[in-house]
Amino acid sequence: MKRFARDTYHRIELTLNGVKRVGHSEARMLLSDFLRHELGATGVHVGCEHGVCGACTVRIDGLAQRSCLSLAVAAEGRDVQTVEALAGADGSLCDLQAAFRRHHALQCGYCTAGILMSAAEFLERTPEPTERHVREMLSGHLCRCTGYTPIVAAILAVAAERRRRPNPA
Amino acid sequence: MKPAVFDYIRCDCADEAVALLAQYGDDARVLAGGQSLMPMLNMRVAQPKVLLDISRATDLGAARVAEGALAVSAAATQAAVERRPNLTHELPLLAQAFPHLGHLQTRSRGTVCGSIAHADPSAELPLCLAALGGEIVLRSRSGVRTLRAEQFFRGLLTTARQATELVEEVRFPLARKGERYGFAEVAMRHGDFAIVALAAVVGAAEMRLGVGGATDRPAIRHWPLLCGDELDDALHEFARDLDAGDDQHASAAYRRHLVRNLGRKLIRELQR
Repeated sequence: MKRFARDTYHRIELTLNGVKRVGHSEARMLLSDFLRHELGATGVHVGCEHGVCGACTVRIDGLAQRSCLSLAVAAEGRDVQTVEALAGADGSLCDLQAAFRRHHALQCGYCTAGILMSAAEFLERTPEPTERHVREMLSGHLCRCTGYTPIVAAILAVAAERRRRPNPA
Repeated sequence: MKPAVFDYIRCDCADEAVALLAQYGDDARVLAGGQSLMPMLNMRVAQPKVLLDISRATDLGAARVAEGALAVSAAATQAAVERRPNLTHELPLLAQAFPHLGHLQTRSRGTVCGSIAHADPSAELPLCLAALGGEIVLRSRSGVRTLRAEQFFRGLLTTARQATELVEEVRFPLARKGERYGFAEVAMRHGDFAIVALAAVVGAAEMRLGVGGATDRPAIRHWPLLCGDELDDALHEFARDLDAGDDQHASAAYRRHLVRNLGRKLIRELQR
């Protein structure tokens, strides 16, 4: 048993994008706020804060989840990945990001960070998705710019590319 | 949209959770996946003094087949059950319902027992549990009791659980030979809570239909095998007796329409 009392800042250690990081959190602090304000991972976008819009989606121990429906204290010791993990150290886009750009799968970009994290897990789990699968996965995200069709096209294109070339550089 | 203050306690096992529930009662809320509770905390609809996180309890994570049922423990996620390799044989109704249940991103964290304990009248898992005649195991410091779904669901977000009890496990009876199962729903957006959700079971001598989203808890009706006009009459009567309500998404009349027409379509497909 471990107790985190209210009105106190607790030291929370977790792995963020492969690096051990430490921040301080109240018991009630949302993981989304902890990642942004304590650890500086501002790629985590905050939209509705009640689990509907999907903008804040990150991967926790590999699984795409809403960071606004998670407490920072509950993520202690977990492996968290945010959109900052996708591009190379030199800023080069990963295949998924490049496909989003090529297919005009974003406009304002606010929802994109969350969608990329969902799509990253989805493609690992579902290497041969149909359009219906992709749309079902996307039902967990709101995008008010694109109408979704270019997003579906980008994800299907990456799936096809990866099947042709199983180990992307 | 930030929670009010609370003390957060991470429980390592069910015994700890039950002991803390005995201590705090109504002042505590159990946090498993949080996919229903966290929005309520963020919107401050719920303001518990203490949050008991059971998600890491080592003895509450399993989902296993035992005594003709799939027994799902309190911290087992919906995704863990959804990804069982044999789910379409074990529980075809659940396999059909899962794609409608929230979203991939909420199923990866949300728990089966949490959805049952939350008892949203339009949620899919309470409906499936009720339609299959499943059970809920409640544990407190004074012992364990097992309730049937119809004893457990008492109304809107209301169950027979006492403040000191933990929903320790729910049991879904496995598919029986000769029974066929169907699930359908209409929602505003794929994965949203249902306007009306239907779960049908058609056996060799008996059939039943469960309706979610129309009333304050899942409604189940049993019939002998019916077809044609008899089926239409039975569905009409069921829809009328439900006493469905209006809300911003759909009228009571539309809900009755869905029970009659979607119900007929679903049952006829199972009878083919």
